[in-house]
Amino acid sequence: MAANPVVDKPRDITQSLLYLDGVTVSFDGFRALNNLALDISHGEMRAIIGPNGAGKTTMMDVITGKTRPDAGEVLFDNGNVDLTAQDEAAIAQLGIGRKFQKPTVFENHTVEDNVLLALEGDRTVRRNLLWRPNGDAHRIGAILETIGLEAHRDRQAGALSHGQKQWLEIGMLIAQNPKLLLVDEPVAGMTDSETRTTAELLKDIAKSHTVIVVEHDMEFVRMLGVKVTVLHEGSVLAEGSIDEVSANERVVEVYLGR
Amino acid sequence: MITRRLLEAPDGRGWIFLGLLAAAAIVVPCLNILVPPDSPFHVTTTTVALWGKYLCFALLALSLDLVWGYCGILSLGHGAFFALGGYAMGMYLMRQIGTRGSYAHPVLPDFMMFLNWKELPWYWYGFDHFPYAALMIVLVPGALAFVFGWFAFRSRVTGVYLSIITQALTFALMLGFFRNDFGFGGNNGLTDFYDLLGFSVRAPETRAVLFSLSAIALGLGYLIAQAVVRSKAGKVLIAIRDAESRTRFLGYRVENYKTYVFTLSACMAGVAGALYVPQVGIINPSEFAPANSIEMVIWVAVGGRGTLIGAALGAVIVNYLKTIFTIGMLAPYWLFVLGAIFVLVTIFLPRGVLGLLKWGQTPRHQRGGEGNSAEARGLTPSGGVTPSPQGEARRLAQPAE
Repeated sequence: MAANPVVDKPRDITQSLLYLDGVTVSFDGFRALNNLALDISHGEMRAIIGPNGAGKTTMMDVITGKTRPDAGEVLFDNGNVDLTAQDEAAIAQLGIGRKFQKPTVFENHTVEDNVLLALEGDRTVRRNLLWRPNGDAHRIGAILETIGLEAHRDRQAGALSHGQKQWLEIGMLIAQNPKLLLVDEPVAGMTDSETRTTAELLKDIAKSHTVIVVEHDMEFVRMLGVKVTVLHEGSVLAEGSIDEVSANERVVEVYLGR
Repeated sequence: MITRRLLEAPDGRGWIFLGLLAAAAIVVPCLNILVPPDSPFHVTTTTVALWGKYLCFALLALSLDLVWGYCGILSLGHGAFFALGGYAMGMYLMRQIGTRGSYAHPVLPDFMMFLNWKELPWYWYGFDHFPYAALMIVLVPGALAFVFGWFAFRSRVTGVYLSIITQALTFALMLGFFRNDFGFGGNNGLTDFYDLLGFSVRAPETRAVLFSLSAIALGLGYLIAQAVVRSKAGKVLIAIRDAESRTRFLGYRVENYKTYVFTLSACMAGVAGALYVPQVGIINPSEFAPANSIEMVIWVAVGGRGTLIGAALGAVIVNYLKTIFTIGMLAPYWLFVLGAIFVLVTIFLPRGVLGLLKWGQTPRHQRGGEGNSAEARGLTPSGGVTPSPQGEARRLAQPAE
């Protein structure tokens, strides 16, 4: 990766959906990301693990435009789009959806309205002023069924349990129908059975979407059964199947061994 | 199609509100003009003018609630938009005076003659035509809000910082309008009006019609605001209020929504100001005073933030109390009373008077009761969403910081 040939157009660099190279982010001298490289193919599902402070959330922030990297390339859609030049709303409209570590739903809106707001469609003021609920209710119903919240359709989202909020946020991701889903700690605070359900849900979503899952829970990552990238101190420490990285001595040292 | 949209928006409570306004718009002028003065049902012209003023304040409060209650933009400078609308109307009324002024100049208002001005400044052109003035009443506050919002919201200025710069905006305008060479009558402002569209502004009949127009404007303002908050864009506004960055990650351009609603609100405030000026007979720079704009926030908080009707109600209640408390020996204590109302409402009525009227008193410890969906639904019959009490208290506390 380090020895990339110099090319004229970014599109020649990669055929991947998401491509990060040499990404560095510093906060007051602390390097949250240090020359990070990551390559996610179309349709792939990838798990990203790493100890606290490894840079997982910062990486998400860089991809979604919340944080601008000090250096490096962040390219999307076969290298056609330079994400570092876009803001959050533009990146979301390009087709990158994000579920946050702390469930962030619109607490004063009903479950239905939360999904409605996320639903793929025109984001301009004018179109939303003149919006009519044609056919949306049906699509929302289908999504609520997928995430198992159809019985809670008219409840205020703030009234949901922690796990239900996590699912609602996943439902909102599905509603956005993005090309790439970034899922940050989807099972944090979930019971074992909820965790299993969530793993099935994500595997289902991954059939038709490209997904990046950031997670602490090794059992959960094992359930997903996908390629794993281990981050440490802002760079990639190891990559491979869960068994491979579990056997990697350095990974054990920095992460599992503790 | 727009009419249908507007008429679809109000809920049951909204129709009651509109019905009351319509009744007031018809009955009050009749009781004033048709009923003889010695009848117990007679409403004096003073009362009509006073309540007409309250209705203008109610429209102003409604416009503030639209941005604060639904989009979380705590504007402490809404008085500026109100005053600008008022000045636009005042300029029209000044041009109507003509040769009846002390200096009897056909074009120049008295204060310009007094300052030895030889000709009308360019920005006074056109104000002798009512349609132009009417356009400016909406356009000037709207344009200012648009430009201000464009820069502030694009730079992501939020919270207390935004409140402070809105306050600075109205303060700067006040200082400007106080200057004689600004061309708006300095600290005397604009006054001594005669005619509005050929009718004497001092005639009881005109006063009565202005009262009705204020009621109609408030009703229309409510319909428009309600249509906005009931639309999907209104849901986006609430989403921005509660979780701004989350809304951005869903792909909504938060700055566009904010600029839109802020501009719309400023236009409504401008109309309120324009209706206010002929009813009180004067507009001067004190309308830009920062304290005025803060008082407006209290109206909204007292009535019930994020309810529209509550904001209008709050404006009427607080101003009615103000009328009582600023007469006679109670006068020095009004600001204490106002402060006490604000504190008490913040602590005991986080949902404002409207919350009290509709659903009885909500005990404080029931604040966690947001979790009860039945209650939650009961509290949000308008489709407007009531912010959580804790957040409410926190937001209310902001101007005091």
